[in-house]
Amino acid sequence: MLNVLDDTINPVEPFLRSDRMPHIWCPGCGIGTTVNSFARALIESKIDLQSLALVSGIGCTGRVAGYVKLDSFHTTHGRAIPFATGLKLANPKLNVVVYSGDGDLSAIGGNHLIHAARRNIDLKVICVNNLIYAMTGGQTAPTTPGHATTSTNPYGTFEPAFNLPHLVDAAGAVYVARWTTFHVRQLSRAISEAFAKKGFSFIEVISPCPTLYQRRNKMGDGLDTMKYYKEKSKVKNGANTSEVGLTLNGEIAVGKFVDRDRPDYQTMMRAQYVEALGDRYVEEAVECCCSEG
Amino acid sequence: MAKGRVSIVVERCKACGFCVEFCPTHVLALSSAFNSKGYHPPHVVHPEKCSGCDLCGMYCPDFAIYGTKAQEAKIEETKLQKAAGGEK
Amino acid sequence: MRADPHGVLTGTHFMDGDHACCEGALAAGARFAAGYPITPSTEVVERFASRVPTVGGSFIQMEDELAASITLQGAVWGGTKAFTVTSGPGFSLMMEHIGYAAMTETPCVFVDVQRGGPSTGLPTLPAQADMMQARWGSHGDYEIIALCPNSPQECFDLTIKAFNLSEEFRVPVMFMMDEVVGHMTEKVVIPPADQIEVVPRKHTHKSVEEYLPYGTNGDMVPEMAHAGEGYKFHVTGLTHDERGYPNMTPQTQDKLVRRLQNKIRVAADRICMFEQDRLDDADVVVVSYGITSRVAQRAIDLARERGLRVGKLRLITAWPFPDKKIVELAAHVKAFVVPELNLGQMVREVERAAAGQAKTFAVPHAGGGVHNPDDILNAIVEATRC
Repeated sequence: MLNVLDDTINPVEPFLRSDRMPHIWCPGCGIGTTVNSFARALIESKIDLQSLALVSGIGCTGRVAGYVKLDSFHTTHGRAIPFATGLKLANPKLNVVVYSGDGDLSAIGGNHLIHAARRNIDLKVICVNNLIYAMTGGQTAPTTPGHATTSTNPYGTFEPAFNLPHLVDAAGAVYVARWTTFHVRQLSRAISEAFAKKGFSFIEVISPCPTLYQRRNKMGDGLDTMKYYKEKSKVKNGANTSEVGLTLNGEIAVGKFVDRDRPDYQTMMRAQYVEALGDRYVEEAVECCCSEG
Repeated sequence: MAKGRVSIVVERCKACGFCVEFCPTHVLALSSAFNSKGYHPPHVVHPEKCSGCDLCGMYCPDFAIYGTKAQEAKIEETKLQKAAGGEK
Repeated sequence: MRADPHGVLTGTHFMDGDHACCEGALAAGARFAAGYPITPSTEVVERFASRVPTVGGSFIQMEDELAASITLQGAVWGGTKAFTVTSGPGFSLMMEHIGYAAMTETPCVFVDVQRGGPSTGLPTLPAQADMMQARWGSHGDYEIIALCPNSPQECFDLTIKAFNLSEEFRVPVMFMMDEVVGHMTEKVVIPPADQIEVVPRKHTHKSVEEYLPYGTNGDMVPEMAHAGEGYKFHVTGLTHDERGYPNMTPQTQDKLVRRLQNKIRVAADRICMFEQDRLDDADVVVVSYGITSRVAQRAIDLARERGLRVGKLRLITAWPFPDKKIVELAAHVKAFVVPELNLGQMVREVERAAAGQAKTFAVPHAGGGVHNPDDILNAIVEATRC
């Protein structure tokens, strides 16, 4: 889609299903901003879009799948990661991205998150963390900081929140980073780095939910939140992930926390079968399940 | 002559204000005009200060604004289209 | 299309139903399974885990059935034929994803080796109490196909049929085994690959510009594409239009769910398989499926020896239910006798279809074992006297 006033084109436009714009995200929501960073990472990394598949779960961030012009799968709540695992195992040539929210990935999807990290499945997981269940109206998420007000904790939350980088680091992820939607360039670079890496990569992006999280906690609108991120973020590359937990009004540690190498699931699987079976190992199906031609 | 130019897709804008705030050279301001959804889209108040850095485009959650470098705008467009696999 | 010989273990074997089911899947072209251990189904995937690395493809044991039931669907969209295997408690967990497969029209097979329930129930003993769940277990309006083998040989043959039906109709197929059929060891003959008919994926030949992921040409089953081929399609569980885009209006909903239902219902004649014997002169018809059909056979034979005119209708396809056959029989028989290893599930369908034209006698069994043939015989006798 071209801008009617001139003949330039938005760099992100080729990656969008323009026929579905404008999207449903609220004014000041940061999800669209993360998509910009994602698109630019794709351009920078020269990723072959044909072999890129994007899988999302349910929630506001889950809607990303419907707006990107890629082979995209909007799956069930919490189960983007196992679906993505199946895609990747069936076609190892695919570059598989999981793009989903904090509730989807760490609550209902928590079990799958830790197992995929443990197995080091070659997936790039972009977790947009708006600290709330936004789509359903602002309920407490495992990432909601203590003493925040939500619709299911109307008197304030009192549970400790997940420190997602720490969780996935402990589970075995090879690349763990956190940025906010203010850090558009750093986020883009992190996504590019994840693409260059084999194994389970997890990038958390703190994002405003002005309609629910920010409004209920009297934190202003999307712009106020972006300024807040600018003020409260502190780059701590290589930090110990146990120390990067978030609080209601505290510092937001951002940066690349984990970048290590260990063999991914398919590399290990292949090695094991080759050792056990030698020549008898047949890696891929010989015939496709489709008819000839 | 400005080094860059801003393009605004008025109908997509939801007036979040990110572009106005984060433009490093303060090229933009929210206008008093309305789009069909009732939002005030931004408009260019200092075109001569635009560097074409496209930070506005990177921040915009609605894909409603982007900056391009003036002389190379047309060349960039072709390059980007190629990178995206020839898609329009 | 002929079966790929790499997956066909041609020969005469002595194996149990679970193992035969695995071989059927391989013969059908399945090259991916995601599973989670649950008695009495585990052997199916244990065998697959052992076989598939030398055939080509992969197996992954997932962390739970919630994962397994959708990992296999990712594999399908990645370009392979895939299935999973479970029993009651796992089947319950898989329900959301069975609905997802129905909604997104993902061809795949879910094997349920039924055991005593509800809940943890009788892990090592048979039942047939998931039959209604197979049809109605997930939320919303959708239609599935369910097959019931009654021998290890059928576990081989009908698994191939299950995959073929799933590809033809782009629908999840429920393969309803039971613990006895799964664990009984019998002769299983696996023919040469060129004698096995396999239905290929209904892959589109349209160009990227022309292709509509959920568009149909009047046959109600859309053509499929796989990730990585350049089609850049979108798949969602939300109510969607022909482009696959979410379109949440009553009109789109009506069009979509009616098509999901009708694509199966209009082909019911072709999908419904059953075995019939001595129905022409029958006063009473015994309707059964799975392991119960083998016990029922004994009761039918005993009844015939006594001079009672009893016929047999064995359901091979349980869903869609063969309404037409029951209606046809109800017109000239006195009664149906329906023994099942449950407290009355498929008997309700028989009664519904018979619509009062013939009486229906249930022979329930809470599960944990098979019927005593005398119980079925007594019901037959009672039915002939009604």
